[in-house]
Amino acid sequence: MTASQNELEAFRAEVSAWMAENKPADPGFLLPQSFMEVSNEQQLEFLREWQHKIWSAGYLGMHWPKEYGGRGMDAVYQSIADQEMRRHDVPIVFNVIGLGWAGPLINHMGTEEEKQRYLKGILSAEDIWCQGFSEPDHGSDLGNAQTRAVRDGEEYVINGSKIWTTMGNYAKYMILLARTNPNTERKYDGLSFFLSPMQADGIETRPIRKITGEYGFTETFFTDARIPASCLMGEEGQGWKIAMQTLQYERGAQAGAAGGLQFVNIVIDDMISQLADVRRDGEAVLDDAVVRDELVKLIMAEKAVTLGDKRSSIPALSSDYPFSLALSHKLRWTEYTRQMRQFAINLQGASGALYVGDDEARQGGFWQRAYFNSFSATIGGGTSQVQANIIAEHVLGLPK
Amino acid sequence: MSVIANTKMRVSDEQSMLLDVAREFCRDKSPIDRVRAELETETGFDAAVWQEMVNLGWTGIALPESAGGSGLGIGAVVPVVESMGRAMLGTPLISTTLAGQLIVRAGGEEMWGDLVAQVAAGSVATIALLDSADWGETRITCELDSDNRLSGTKTFVADAGVAEHLLVVAQRGGEPVVVHLTADQLPEGAIHQHTLIDQTKRSARVSLEGIVVEASQVLAGAAVVDAIRDVRLLGALLVAAEATGSAASCLDTTVDYLKTRKQFGKLIGSYQALKHPAVDILCDVDSARSFVYHAATLVSDTSLGSDAETACRMAKAQASDTLDYAGDRAVQFHGGMGFTYECDAQLYIRRAQWSRQQWGDAQHHRKHLARLLLDAKR
Repeated sequence: MTASQNELEAFRAEVSAWMAENKPADPGFLLPQSFMEVSNEQQLEFLREWQHKIWSAGYLGMHWPKEYGGRGMDAVYQSIADQEMRRHDVPIVFNVIGLGWAGPLINHMGTEEEKQRYLKGILSAEDIWCQGFSEPDHGSDLGNAQTRAVRDGEEYVINGSKIWTTMGNYAKYMILLARTNPNTERKYDGLSFFLSPMQADGIETRPIRKITGEYGFTETFFTDARIPASCLMGEEGQGWKIAMQTLQYERGAQAGAAGGLQFVNIVIDDMISQLADVRRDGEAVLDDAVVRDELVKLIMAEKAVTLGDKRSSIPALSSDYPFSLALSHKLRWTEYTRQMRQFAINLQGASGALYVGDDEARQGGFWQRAYFNSFSATIGGGTSQVQANIIAEHVLGLPK
Repeated sequence: MSVIANTKMRVSDEQSMLLDVAREFCRDKSPIDRVRAELETETGFDAAVWQEMVNLGWTGIALPESAGGSGLGIGAVVPVVESMGRAMLGTPLISTTLAGQLIVRAGGEEMWGDLVAQVAAGSVATIALLDSADWGETRITCELDSDNRLSGTKTFVADAGVAEHLLVVAQRGGEPVVVHLTADQLPEGAIHQHTLIDQTKRSARVSLEGIVVEASQVLAGAAVVDAIRDVRLLGALLVAAEATGSAASCLDTTVDYLKTRKQFGKLIGSYQALKHPAVDILCDVDSARSFVYHAATLVSDTSLGSDAETACRMAKAQASDTLDYAGDRAVQFHGGMGFTYECDAQLYIRRAQWSRQQWGDAQHHRKHLARLLLDAKR
């Protein structure tokens, strides 16, 4: 049954009113702009409380089944709620690995017992989830994961290490990709997928300090760690397939994710609006001819990506270099974002040298921190240079 | 309101069809050896090919049906011009199209109905706009006095040598007017051909000194001011479309070479130092094409609004820079061959210098974009 347009509009108004009413006041410390930036207990508790509040109000996991903490509604309601969260510029929901990866997976292929045990805690923010795919020696080459899982009676014994574990030090559970069989012909066939506890003997995390000086990721070490055999998702050897499946959910509520605003979208308007009082050479920085030229270039770079997304859906205008627009989206957007944030610092004059913690830093050092954090997108998920190789080879047909 | 604002993009069935037809036509009629054969001829194009383009109705695409055109709007000329750029096919189509736009936008259809019909039917026409080398200058030097006598010299008049009609932008008592001249009204020696960096193009300096016209050859009024402004933007858009097509074929030419040329035992296209700039060019071509078709979506037959102005200027700024970079790297990446006249890279690097300045360069348009985007909300 599909909801009528009137019902949806009424719902949008309801969410909008709730967000306006309940948007938290500035807590007096910098909030993370993505779930990869949760750096301390203060931020963690703030975000835990905020997610719990949204869920309690009924605006998270709306399309997940009622018996597991959802509302059993059509996903379109969650999409509307997500749009309103973005429009009201509220804080992020932070339990992203649970909401966008583990939760949908459990909903999709978990046993009744797993659904009962895990789903509600994901939505309420009681149980934080993390992801154990990448390894120190195999950054982007997931299929080559070497962490071992050996069956021993009713347990698996895990040995190895994972890196770039988001909130590894706060998480209760991890979705873990580990090798149960080192002797398969195809490296992918030896991998298995686990819903692993994080509080177990032999599992240790070490926070990674980022260029921002903050935390957010850990390294995770497994030393003869024993986890129940029931933690295995599916069957041994299905790990790669299941891991790839989890990547499909993160594209939003319609794809199965629980929803919520997962990152703060920083756009060119945010930068321009902070320049009103900035001076350069004794005049308003927005009157400086060189600055204006650079700003227009950045506006065009942002607009070009948006227009490219539009054009890619028009076959008559996108058949020349098939997949060019789709394959270059990540490269273009993340590189643009990095340059835009870098330029924002450049426009601050002497204040560009101030950092988070200085009470005179512009916007509390927002742009300095945002610039540094932008590298998580130009490096993570395949570096820009790897992306360029992929486009050169797959779109232009250049040799490896 | 976001500075990104309007992001509409649509393609009509007619535009889509014109794109298919024009792509194929230009590929057939303008292979690179035919382009080279015209480089040193007087007109720069093959009259038979031009006649076929006229027969296809391309000179009337954006002119009203009442005058024998197709009434599809200027946005429908974009795919044709883009295809011509791709095949480096010259001809006076851009000049003639823009001249037609100036007439109808200035309200000249009633007074000059025959002229519009002739242009739609393929009579070559061009606009004599520039009094100097400054595309950004809006003050007009060329004067029409009270006796309807012209004085002054127009420069960079595209296709002046083959034009049957010149639309001269002049001022009378400080007010802009458009004066229609036929080629036979120009005295002997009035046209002095420029030697252009792009040998597929032709333009000239035209002396108007002492030419006397009839009152019926002069169009004045408020619509003239808007029409001149709009034609400057549409000129930028058409050249952007053409440059985008040229940049795409320039990239293809370079990529072909990177796939076949071996050095140090490897295909040079496997070196990231060449591969990554090729991807940069591809992304730039993609951006240029997006801006061009976004602008083609927004331009209408009525006076252009600020969204259309923004789109035309972005299209030109992006396309100029894109072709400039693509042509520059095409020469470099062809190595020693790239330095020769024989290598096709020269066609593109030369086209880039032409396209860059036509209707204002990238900096010119970004300067106006800054005004449109940054000053509105202060």
